[in-house]
Amino acid sequence: MSLRILEKNAVAEMVNAMMADYESKGGVVVGPQAKGPKFGFAPLADPEDLRLDYNTSILPPKTVLQPPCERIATFRLGDEPSAEVVIEAKPTVLLGVHTCDLHAIHLLDKAFTDEQPDAHYLERRKQTVIVSLECLQPCDEHSFCRDMGTLDVDGGYDLHLTDLGSAYAVEVETEAGEKLLEKYATARNATDADARRLNEVLSAKWARFKKRLDFNTAELPSLLGAAYTHPLWEELGERCLACGSCTNVCPTCYCFNVKDSVSLDLSEADRVRVWDSCQLEEFARVAAGENFREARAARQRHRFFRKGKWIYEKFGTLGCVGCGRCIRTCLVHINIVDGFNTIHGSK
Amino acid sequence: MTESSIYVPAMASLIAVQSMTDMEKLFTLELPGGRNMGHKPGQFVMLSIPGVGEAPFVITSSPSRSNGTFEVCVRRVGDVTGVLHSLQPGAKVGIRGPLGNGFPIDKMRGRDMLFAPGGMGLPPARSLINQVLDERNQFGRVIILYGAKRPEELLFREELDEWAKRDDVELHVTVDRADDDWDGHVGVITTLFPRLTVDPHNTIAVTIGPPIMYRFVLMELLGKGIPENHIYVSLERRMKCGVGKCGHCQINNIYCCKEGPIFTYAEIKNVPEAL
Repeated sequence: MSLRILEKNAVAEMVNAMMADYESKGGVVVGPQAKGPKFGFAPLADPEDLRLDYNTSILPPKTVLQPPCERIATFRLGDEPSAEVVIEAKPTVLLGVHTCDLHAIHLLDKAFTDEQPDAHYLERRKQTVIVSLECLQPCDEHSFCRDMGTLDVDGGYDLHLTDLGSAYAVEVETEAGEKLLEKYATARNATDADARRLNEVLSAKWARFKKRLDFNTAELPSLLGAAYTHPLWEELGERCLACGSCTNVCPTCYCFNVKDSVSLDLSEADRVRVWDSCQLEEFARVAAGENFREARAARQRHRFFRKGKWIYEKFGTLGCVGCGRCIRTCLVHINIVDGFNTIHGSK
Repeated sequence: MTESSIYVPAMASLIAVQSMTDMEKLFTLELPGGRNMGHKPGQFVMLSIPGVGEAPFVITSSPSRSNGTFEVCVRRVGDVTGVLHSLQPGAKVGIRGPLGNGFPIDKMRGRDMLFAPGGMGLPPARSLINQVLDERNQFGRVIILYGAKRPEELLFREELDEWAKRDDVELHVTVDRADDDWDGHVGVITTLFPRLTVDPHNTIAVTIGPPIMYRFVLMELLGKGIPENHIYVSLERRMKCGVGKCGHCQINNIYCCKEGPIFTYAEIKNVPEAL
């Protein structure tokens, strides 16, 4: 790993060169951009649109790796139907990923590699170069990344940027990151003074992030384990609109549905994978009509348990990264931090 | 570039279609090149109708009778099953599998076998029943208690007749509501239990049916003194991937498609969403 310095006024030029090259090979450069008063990850059309000063994005960068809708197979219909695999991956640079979202991507990696690897996700992942971004201040009052241990990262990116004022410190983690920097950017080697400055910036940031959970997250799986019949679930179920927004914006939610759509001339069909949500009423309903998670209370409990217990038991990391998106998006103000604290408070 | 994906099916041929009731048909299928399914009793496939969709179905044929084909028994209830019911032999459907854990038949050898399927629970049980009957000398008693709502809803009637004729199979069939032609037992499946005697510590019980049936049959089985880890169920859940990723089949923290669909009662008795 090496440390380089990229002047801020050289970023646009770098992104411009990257965009031209990636476009020429059918690829794309994705980064955070303004979307009304908020921000979203989208392919860059102009390097000036890149907003590395964004707070949080409406949807997480999982949209790049597990898009809301993707083709996974195509069928030729007729008397001799055939199936063909579709892998939609293309060369991608993903710029400006906050550390909470990087932790979330690590979890998606585990989920889609576990036992039976998912070629659709993994090929996208392989073709994606990730340039992550150190967070120096909370996105807003809903961030609880410090509680969830996602305020820093130990690898998992190709390049990692830290804002030093007029320049970025660039930690080069992988060969793909090194090549990206070599090819598109003019970045000088960091001096000892740069390294000291980086350390100062990194140490100074922690005081700006407040803890919001009343307990240590190591306790979370066992707290939930004792709270299966807690009245909180009924209370949340009463309020929940079952809209699925919380899971749509969640960077670690990866549940999906699979659907077929037929071409107008009935000659072929696409099989697509789309995001799904355990909060929707039909999620666990079988064809004969039985619904195995019919109550909204049970569905909210399922979400909390996945985030705080079950994913931990399966993959060894909590299923919540503290990004706060589900809190910001909920129309009825269901707040996962309050929920966790309520459970802790009635222990 | 040739790609492979765990989600993309092989195209299997529909060899035969047999109507069983107004609602259920038995489909005999052959994988490409006559490849053997190589399943265990209790495993399932994801069956695709290209352009319509995909759904899980337990394999009802026994591995001991494969002949290069396998069978699924399907009730017409939705889009995929509706189109499947309209297909004729020669048609192609997508197949992924075998998926899921299946029954641990090696743990069952040497034991008395008590099967208690209700309604659509017979097709998954039948795979194991026929495997047991094909290795008959490796098992003790074979008791089959089968319940259906009405006589015309009984599945696999020819096989029921064969089992009834065998002196090494104790078959008891009941219907909830009889018609004029029915001269058998009338009552829900639990009404077959009082006169049944079993050697509880040497008995493996397999019960498959709707959730409401599980509650009552499990009480009967436990009441007979059969140990919790000798009672097997097969749980039905919505499944979109069959490989433990899509989330639909989750029973609390259990992925039914990977860790199931076959569970012992001991494994699920403390899992609130299981039954």
